[in-house]
Amino acid sequence: MENGVITAGLEKYFNPETTEEVKVTEGTHAASYAVGLARVKVISAYPITPQTSIVEKLSEMCASGEIDAEFIKVESEHSAMACVIGSESTGARSFTATSSQGLALMHEELHWAAGARLPVVMVNVNRALGAPWNIWADQSDSLAQRDTGWVQLYAESNQEVLDMVLQAYRLAEEIMLPVMVNMDAFFLSHTTEPVAIPKQHLVDQFLPGYNPKFKMDIKDPRAFGGLATPDRYMELRYNIQKSMEGALDLIPKIADEYDAIIKRHHGGLVEEYLTEDAEYLLVTSGTITGTSRIVVDAFRNKGIKVGLLKMRVFRPFPVKVVQESAGRAKKIAVIDRNISFGQSGIFFNELKSALYNLETRPLINGYVAGLGGRDVTPSTIEKVINHLIAAEKGEDLIWMELNYESDEI
Amino acid sequence: MSDQVLTKEDFTSDQEVRWCPGCGDYSILAQTRKVLPQLGIPKENIVFVSGIGCSSRFPYYIDSFGIHGIHGRAPAIASGIKLANPDLKVFIVTGDGDGLSIGGNHLIHLFRRNIDVTVLLFNNRIYGLTKGQYSPTSERGKITKSSPFGSLENPFDPIKMALASGATFVARSVDREPKHLAETIKMAAEHVGTSFVEIYQNCNIFNDGTFESLTDPKIKKDNIVVMEEGKPYIFGKESDRVLAWEDGSFSVNMHDEASSSLVHSLANSNSSVEFALAELTMDEHKPTPIGVFRKINKNTYDGLLTKQVENVKEKLGSGDLEKLLSSGNTWEIK
Repeated sequence: MENGVITAGLEKYFNPETTEEVKVTEGTHAASYAVGLARVKVISAYPITPQTSIVEKLSEMCASGEIDAEFIKVESEHSAMACVIGSESTGARSFTATSSQGLALMHEELHWAAGARLPVVMVNVNRALGAPWNIWADQSDSLAQRDTGWVQLYAESNQEVLDMVLQAYRLAEEIMLPVMVNMDAFFLSHTTEPVAIPKQHLVDQFLPGYNPKFKMDIKDPRAFGGLATPDRYMELRYNIQKSMEGALDLIPKIADEYDAIIKRHHGGLVEEYLTEDAEYLLVTSGTITGTSRIVVDAFRNKGIKVGLLKMRVFRPFPVKVVQESAGRAKKIAVIDRNISFGQSGIFFNELKSALYNLETRPLINGYVAGLGGRDVTPSTIEKVINHLIAAEKGEDLIWMELNYESDEI
Repeated sequence: MSDQVLTKEDFTSDQEVRWCPGCGDYSILAQTRKVLPQLGIPKENIVFVSGIGCSSRFPYYIDSFGIHGIHGRAPAIASGIKLANPDLKVFIVTGDGDGLSIGGNHLIHLFRRNIDVTVLLFNNRIYGLTKGQYSPTSERGKITKSSPFGSLENPFDPIKMALASGATFVARSVDREPKHLAETIKMAAEHVGTSFVEIYQNCNIFNDGTFESLTDPKIKKDNIVVMEEGKPYIFGKESDRVLAWEDGSFSVNMHDEASSSLVHSLANSNSSVEFALAELTMDEHKPTPIGVFRKINKNTYDGLLTKQVENVKEKLGSGDLEKLLSSGNTWEIK
């Protein structure tokens, strides 16, 4: 296949009616093309591996006039987030991208973007945090930002990255909260896959221009970021929570609308794969999902009823959907490429909590695997499922494939 | 600690050095390893602290204590180390990205406080580790991956920044001048107070030749003036030109044995001369100074802190936390 040409057989993956061209592209560039298609006006970023190629591509697209946006390169990620907080406040659709330590440095500003109700969209490339230094895939960076008021979405493929960024703008601007789109370091960020670039006029139809109710406008002067006393603050927090809850209804709706216009659907809050009659349910997010599909098929071929629940949304946490889907299974295995020290894998913990109020609760096991970019292979996932099938009672934390165990610090 | 004499091999770690072949960092590493045994400090009293960037791989390659720290924060980490254990000799290795971009704030406050540490700033005028974006020292108009049509930003001059923020030792050297580099690092390491060395370093992959006019043997003598104690600022292939001090700035004159011109004197210098020398860097018609711009003795923050703690203890006695908690604005609710 060449760029731009949909050859015979690919129609089943890429709709020729809605596709401008098919690019063989890495995950970072898929994000950049989405930002271009979203007609973003301001981009600000600081380089960090493995995010850098997102903004490099955008910088090129800005400079060549391919997109009509201001590109502001700053001196740190903290400044990058501050910069888009500024630009969004003026009513300009804005974008930034980061990873790992960069996201950690933004922490203070993440709260601010959400509290100020600014619909910034950011792509975070999931990478491990130091010390020790590690640049590979791990979700601990974004999950540590759980309570900042950002919607968090997780992509499985480069195509999903592109589609998710476009849907993220729709969502963000409807609920007036920032959205973080996450992709795994290297497994997506630096892996090339064919990605359909949708036609611009269809994207424009799906995502109209941004026109906020409040913005910095000299004809309508207002003050921003003032003090909220104890008699006001709590209601503002309540409003954020309500908007987050609203996102639970909106995310599937927006996905359906995208499908109606662009003809592609990756699931709403979750994607269910062979879950209807599943006795054993595997729960994953990010790229571990793709590998899991193959393993689930293999078990199905042996007549063992394994299903797969892909978590696309972490915040707001889709409690109801999880209860419906996971509640049907006998036993559940959650695979986490992250760890909350002193507790367990983070998705596991959220899932377990969501299932607590069910009348009959399935057995649930938490597996931590692939930290710091270690491969999670089909054999790893096979071990998880076999362990789950044999399990007699639930275990919160099972470490997969440690090279050694030591009691030393 | 035994009295054995250390060699550069003693400071060479077992780590494979992973910079690109031809990188200027190799020269800085070699000269640092050469200088360290000359300081007469036991290995275990030396700490190298770095942040993020190619330069920041440095601590791996020196057999001493080392911390590969958080991006831009090496000055803050080093300050903590020095204040907690003033017996240690602390080096900070940073670059134009790490030290001047994300960590610029920490660096100026380090200079201001005059904490007794040595800063080696590798300036290659590019972000090398992230593969070629313009940095805070890149020249205006520079075409990089993050500025495909030329950077619009004015560059920092790290020397002026150090002078203005109050560093007490400020110098510059070049990776391709190994002897000068070793002497400068040694002087910096022996200085008491914050010492700062800007090292022009060629990134042969992403910014090759950025200092070529200062390193090409055919032309470098016309473009560099070496500041030497007690000597006038003579330069040129034929040593035929000199910097003359006129009305608060330097101009270039023909060097004539009979004429008298300003002599470089660190003891008698003043900030006007220091800044005027630093200003030459950006002036394309004048040579770039290398050597020591400033060396003055001032109280160090760590020295003052130790003294203050001692004085207060002497006056008030050792503290009692229990007493402190129940002193001042406390009241009893009945």
